[in-house]
Amino acid sequence: MAQELRTVEQPARQVTGNERGAERPVFVPPADIYETGDSIVVLCEMPGVASDAVDITLERRVLTIRGRGADQQYSGYQRVYTEYAAGDYERVFTLSENIDRDRIEASEADGVLHLVLPKAAPAKARRIELKSV
Amino acid sequence: MPLADFPRLEVDPFLELRRMQSEMNRLFSGFSAAAAREFPPVNIWLGDNSVVVTAELAGVSRDDVEISLQDEVLTLAGARQPRVKQQDAKWHRRERAYGTFSRTIQLPFRVDPDKVQARYQDGILEIELERLEADRPKKIQIRAAGAER
Repeated sequence: MAQELRTVEQPARQVTGNERGAERPVFVPPADIYETGDSIVVLCEMPGVASDAVDITLERRVLTIRGRGADQQYSGYQRVYTEYAAGDYERVFTLSENIDRDRIEASEADGVLHLVLPKAAPAKARRIELKSV
Repeated sequence: MPLADFPRLEVDPFLELRRMQSEMNRLFSGFSAAAAREFPPVNIWLGDNSVVVTAELAGVSRDDVEISLQDEVLTLAGARQPRVKQQDAKWHRRERAYGTFSRTIQLPFRVDPDKVQARYQDGILEIELERLEADRPKKIQIRAAGAER
């Protein structure tokens, strides 16, 4: 259904390198994906990403989620203990279902992206009549 | 052909071993880090007379976090509630954890409980604590021996 475009299962929050050339790490955000009768819901954990810093694209069936985390800098302060790093998030899924892209809803609350992808109505089977010659 | 004419071995026979070793180290370091990871992960920033504690609390709503302070021990406790209400949901991926958490953080000095500020935005909690006035280091002036007379 929601196949991730990676052959090896990536543990959550793993640094996958950086394409932008900056020193910021890029994390794979942990995600919950479930399906209801009429839609697919994606919950993606991206702490530090403001709602206007999220970039979601759906091309054919490839869903790409990107988030740019806010910088963590306090002037006059020095970091003395670190358990997490500020960085960007990126994850790509392939959906096995057609999505009605006009009705996609995205919201963010408390650093979690909430994406509702309504399934497209199945294409109606067309009956082809044979004309008698 | 004399032995000396043989081309020097260009291939390091231990290269593969070393590669395997580093691969194993990488695998196991990731494993132990994941097992030892506490929730929420915190960063601590130190200023002149204040300290900032930031924590990643994605998915925890503001009302579900409880911050308490006792002397120089800060406690973050709360619960992460699942947002899924549908009972008939078919799960494709479940990577996020839910449940209660509690974490204590030892601060580097005693802080003034009346001057604590906490902000919460986009899943990042930021707590700014000021050092207790009585606990601040005092500058001691050295009097010149000759000035006393």
